[in-house]
Amino acid sequence: MNTEHAQQELVDEFSMFDNWMDRYQYLIDMGKLLPEFPEHLKTSETRIEGCQSNVWIHDRLEDGVLYFDAASDAAIVSGLIAVLMRIYNGRTPQEISATSPAFMEELGLDKHLSPTRSNGLHAMLNHIYHTAKNAG
Amino acid sequence: MMMDSALMLDVDAIRAQFPILGRELHDGKPLVYLDNAATTQTPEPVLEAWNDYFRRYNANIHRGLHTLADEATAAFEQARDTVREFLNAARVEEIIFTRGTTEAINLVANTWGRANLREGDEVMISAMEHHSNIVPWQMLATSLGITVKVIPVDQRGVLDMQAYQALFTERTRLVAVTHVSNALGTINPIREMADIAHDHGALILVDGAQAVAHARVDVTEMDVDFYAFSGHKIYGPTGIGALYGRYELLDAMPPWQGGGEMISRVSFDDGTTFAAPPHKFEAGTPAIAEAVALDRAIRWLTSLHFDLVSDWEQRLLTHATERMQSIDGLSIIGQAPEKCGVISFVVEGAHSQDIGLLIDQFGVAIRTGHHCAQPLLRSFGLDATCRASFGVYNTLEEVDAFVDALERVLAMVR
Repeated sequence: MNTEHAQQELVDEFSMFDNWMDRYQYLIDMGKLLPEFPEHLKTSETRIEGCQSNVWIHDRLEDGVLYFDAASDAAIVSGLIAVLMRIYNGRTPQEISATSPAFMEELGLDKHLSPTRSNGLHAMLNHIYHTAKNAG
Repeated sequence: MMMDSALMLDVDAIRAQFPILGRELHDGKPLVYLDNAATTQTPEPVLEAWNDYFRRYNANIHRGLHTLADEATAAFEQARDTVREFLNAARVEEIIFTRGTTEAINLVANTWGRANLREGDEVMISAMEHHSNIVPWQMLATSLGITVKVIPVDQRGVLDMQAYQALFTERTRLVAVTHVSNALGTINPIREMADIAHDHGALILVDGAQAVAHARVDVTEMDVDFYAFSGHKIYGPTGIGALYGRYELLDAMPPWQGGGEMISRVSFDDGTTFAAPPHKFEAGTPAIAEAVALDRAIRWLTSLHFDLVSDWEQRLLTHATERMQSIDGLSIIGQAPEKCGVISFVVEGAHSQDIGLLIDQFGVAIRTGHHCAQPLLRSFGLDATCRASFGVYNTLEEVDAFVDALERVLAMVR
């Protein structure tokens, strides 16, 4: 599935909910299903600064494909990480660079993208695009 | 509570003076504003004073000969006297306008501190200080070689007064302590602390940012040497605050920032001489409209009768505490017997960030994070709490709406 399909799938899933509580609940539940983030990777290098919660992101390039592991100790940010992973994990740097984060708006999650929200999502996206650019 | 209805606070009438409290958020949910320790909202009379200043007499103050300059100067200096009366300071020259509490503390650190502190001297702060009453002293420690000592706080959030006494040495020059903790709500025994400081030959500076809106402050009665507060925590605007300093101290202190307003005479040949306090410390054009609005805010608040304000806010705090204690896994951080304004809490299995984000969806504004008091939270083994903080316009129904919303949020995340 390419990134457009992955985005459309997420948009479809989130459009099933007609109220914010259900949408957030779905997001939180997605976060709970994130794969375990290895403890030894929770270092100052992988930690994203400036967030109210702890956020870690680790990347590795294998056969021209970027893989990300990320985690947070907060539920909503974990959910946002899960959303990002569906779009960006296991893609080539070129695919990532060609993907706009505009889909967050369609998910109704764009307010979390604001740098002033200080939840690390903005910094995490920067990290993803930066990593892709350097690897590409 | 006083039972005489004539002496009850008319909270509905007070609320009606705050246009912002009528806002609805997120599909029509009424705003429940419980972030008053960060910023209080602004009542109509203060908005009017602000408007009136710009509509009628906006001008730069002092030295102007025209009518507007005269009126603006009179209003600005009247604001100074309103602050003097509010703090019960002896002289109007003892009130310096600053951008806020932070600038006031930095002013003392950079003028009194640099003129009087030598390597090895000690400044004593407490473990419950806001960063604004920690970092300026740490910066002096780096540049002057002074030592910053810290009065410990117990698990209830109360200062250890025995440790306080024991920390004094002959090198202790200043105690810099908060009146009310912004993160815990603890009210510190300032009069007692001032007496102890003076007995040891030290001065005392008090951060009053969290106190002034909740209880009558009397710098003369408390016998403090410096007292600082901010306008935006007392129903006034941001960008203005005040420093009270005993006149002899201010008079002996060197200026901090140089510029207009603060000089007596400027010369390239004979040197420059400085104005007397308070103007010596007010370089440049001050925040005139802000001072005028602060004046109005103080008069608005004091017209409500402080005893009634304190009683009402205690009732809100008690009601919130009682209801929150029944929530499974919730711990209230800061259980000092003398407490006002704020209720700080954490909940097992729920991150404060999630609580803050989700409760906002219910229209409830609280604050989450370290509250600029990282050392304090660390001493509780925490790096963040949620904090609900009350103002005079909050209601018991709002407290209920907050706790109800909190329960729903916890059901979502846990």
